[in-house]
Amino acid sequence: MNLFYFVAFLSIFFSLLVIFSKNPVYSVLYLIVTFFTFSIHYILLNAQFLAIVNFIVYMGAILVLFLYVLMLLNLNKESEPMKSNLLKVVGVIAGLCLLLTVAGSLKLLHASDPVLLKNPDIGLVRNLGKVLFKEFLLPFEVSSILLLSAMVGAVLLAKKDITKV
Amino acid sequence: METVSQSIQGIPLNHYILLSAIIFTIGVIGVLIRRNAIIIFMSVELMLNAVNLLLTAFSVYWGDASGQVFVFFIMALAAAEVAIGLAILTMIYRNTNSTDINILNRLKW
Repeated sequence: MNLFYFVAFLSIFFSLLVIFSKNPVYSVLYLIVTFFTFSIHYILLNAQFLAIVNFIVYMGAILVLFLYVLMLLNLNKESEPMKSNLLKVVGVIAGLCLLLTVAGSLKLLHASDPVLLKNPDIGLVRNLGKVLFKEFLLPFEVSSILLLSAMVGAVLLAKKDITKV
Repeated sequence: METVSQSIQGIPLNHYILLSAIIFTIGVIGVLIRRNAIIIFMSVELMLNAVNLLLTAFSVYWGDASGQVFVFFIMALAAAEVAIGLAILTMIYRNTNSTDINILNRLKW
């Protein structure tokens, strides 16, 4: 039980470091640690498939893409544009207002029942595969089309304009 | 595995919602206070992950696997979004030589 609060503290701490660190490369590295703590959360919820997918897709693919673009564009601390302090304070206050609204509405919800593993093998690959390929077959196929179009779009966008060169 | 999942027994659902709300808020603040477009993308990823965690917690709470399938779809969507977004960013960098979003205010008029 205490493990959850420790990991939750770590995720909040590292996600704060992501948005407040000056150097973009450090931000990406802190984001990797944040996603790792999310993987631990999934394991604690016994969602093993999601933990592995989070590990492979987010930490393995998406963040490597971020890091690669960051290295390619040669961004560092000196070239980092910063907003003025007034805008920063206003942004933080606006975000805290959002948090206050959500927490206030949570108080009305009375959802304080403990999370229990009613069905312990719910997050295993066997069970999720059955649900995914029976009830969610059409969305699964549509998401493959989404990924294909994203791939074509990314190649088209990042390619140099041949007619100009 | 039993001993690991024993450790979440007794955590109120409230605390999962609160944790997700805090991390979502951190993502919103990151979008508001930074000017580097790559950091803004990272904040969006943070928001998506907060929602993922909340969906998983609800799915375990209700004993329904649909929530975890939705998380899977969100991850596929996030991968597509990052690929397109970073391609657009490299294109912008090629034209303006920076990833500062304040340079891109020409769309205002």
